[in-house]
Amino acid sequence: MNWKTFYALLSRDGHVARRNLIPMLLQNLLQPILFTFVFGRVLTTSGMMPQSYKSMLLPGIMAISMVMSGVWAVAMPLISEFQFTREIEDRLLAPIEIGWLAVEKVVAGMIQATVAGLVVLPSAWLVMGSGVNLDLGHMVEFLLIALLVALFSASGGLALGCSIGQTQVGLMFSLVLAPMMMFGCAYYPWQALSPFPVLKYAVLVNPLVYASEGLRGALVPSAPHIDTIIVIAVLAVTDFALLFLGLKKFNGKALS
Amino acid sequence: MGVGIRTDKLRKVYDAPPPAARGGGFGFASGPKEKGPKKKFEIVALDDVSFEIRPGEIFGLLGPNGAGKSTTIGILTTRTMPTAGRAFLGDLDVWQDQVRAKRLIGVVPQRPNLDFMLTAREVLTFHGAYFGQGSKERERRADELLERFKLTDRANQMPRTFSGGMMQRLSIARAMMHDPEVLFLDEPSAGLDPQTRLLLWEIIRDYNKSGKTIVLTTHYMDEADSLCERLVIIDHGKIIAQGTPKELKASIPGGYLLRLRFNQTPESLLDALRALPTVTEVRATENAGVDVYAGSGGELIGPIVTSAQAAGAELQDVHIAEPSLETLFLHHTGRSLRD
Repeated sequence: MNWKTFYALLSRDGHVARRNLIPMLLQNLLQPILFTFVFGRVLTTSGMMPQSYKSMLLPGIMAISMVMSGVWAVAMPLISEFQFTREIEDRLLAPIEIGWLAVEKVVAGMIQATVAGLVVLPSAWLVMGSGVNLDLGHMVEFLLIALLVALFSASGGLALGCSIGQTQVGLMFSLVLAPMMMFGCAYYPWQALSPFPVLKYAVLVNPLVYASEGLRGALVPSAPHIDTIIVIAVLAVTDFALLFLGLKKFNGKALS
Repeated sequence: MGVGIRTDKLRKVYDAPPPAARGGGFGFASGPKEKGPKKKFEIVALDDVSFEIRPGEIFGLLGPNGAGKSTTIGILTTRTMPTAGRAFLGDLDVWQDQVRAKRLIGVVPQRPNLDFMLTAREVLTFHGAYFGQGSKERERRADELLERFKLTDRANQMPRTFSGGMMQRLSIARAMMHDPEVLFLDEPSAGLDPQTRLLLWEIIRDYNKSGKTIVLTTHYMDEADSLCERLVIIDHGKIIAQGTPKELKASIPGGYLLRLRFNQTPESLLDALRALPTVTEVRATENAGVDVYAGSGGELIGPIVTSAQAAGAELQDVHIAEPSLETLFLHHTGRSLRD
């Protein structure tokens, strides 16, 4: 392992991300903020939704923003760099084992997901106005879950980015990401699915469910949520499975 | 000084299309389905390729498209895993210690693969950083190389706006950024205008003068002839000849190649041609063509016309090729290099 090279690769991604900071933030955060405004402000203030929905929604919005930015930050560059032009080749020739380049991509994705989470939490809070009751007494749990969510998003991005081609990006969004968001328990707690027993257990294959429920459990412990221990265990297993799969696919793509 | 290269019985069989051609990913569209057992995809790109490159040499891999040149370069540069055989840079087995191998080499790919998210200068400075250069050193080297490759005035622009020749120059500058012992150039002058090509040759020779080993692939005869000290000729994944350009040319029977075309080629005509002075080999080719290898060129035309008339045939086309690598390639494969 060559730390100098690893750091240089990470600086390169940091440099590119900083250069595209504004469009990147708009792309990742505008949609959740608008969603927050409509559901967390308009519908609650007009009385169509109870005030308590605000606190329920906020951790879910944070989970979605983190997952989408992490996936996007890792998958999209990989998809384009592994295409015909093979822009990634220069970095594959850097003096470091090629698996570390994939790990570097995951670390860069985790940083971007964390930044997205840190930006969206206060912004969404502001947009919702008064009536948000977050409990900041479970910081360790919160940080651990946030870290696992960031790793999930980045390693998921690695696996996705190395599995599909540029022509299938639209398909990836409609077939993978859109259902994941809708059935990710981000906009409602898992408990709310009780009237739909089949759906309630089917959505458990969706890792976003654990991300949303985990952050909800850490920030709004009084709301119904899946047990934090289960959340942490499932996220940890998912993270490592995706990372393993992603690394394998990356190696397959990188070498001919 | 300098690092040599050795390959030992390299073999590469692709069981899937190489990534560049694959386009990536799954798809719903599939080709026409064939009945019966599924046909296995298999391409033998290299078969038992062994050669040795001396330290500090300019070495050429010459062959038509699809001959296996890029696969050879891919194996030597850690990018293509050999199915069998070994490759060495100096004493280092490339596939035993890829990281150390990568420190020794600089690679200029066939198609520019510049990092499009960076400016031209950043392409160089980040490359330097990957190789552990300090910030002052990489800025200095980047400035030098930009100057030398006449890119200084475009240094802060994104390379996606560059012309093909400028991208190629930047690719070469990038490969030289960490001062590698061996520089690989995969078809460096494809698509370059003659002026840029000469500049490129000068740069390659200069770099070689500092004791570095240069390996290049090409399908241009003149490039191999004027630039390379030694070369191998590859076709269909096999080495068909190797040596200095002079040795290789001297190995062509007769030296000159006369490509003739008649309206018909009766056996008596071929016999008459074989009997002409200095002729060493006569081969009938497609469409009433005949390739004649001989020790002389133009002075044979008269006797050839006479022989044709005697055999009742008419000479319709003549092309005289002087001893060259092109004629050598034709001699070994029966095909032109550009085919």
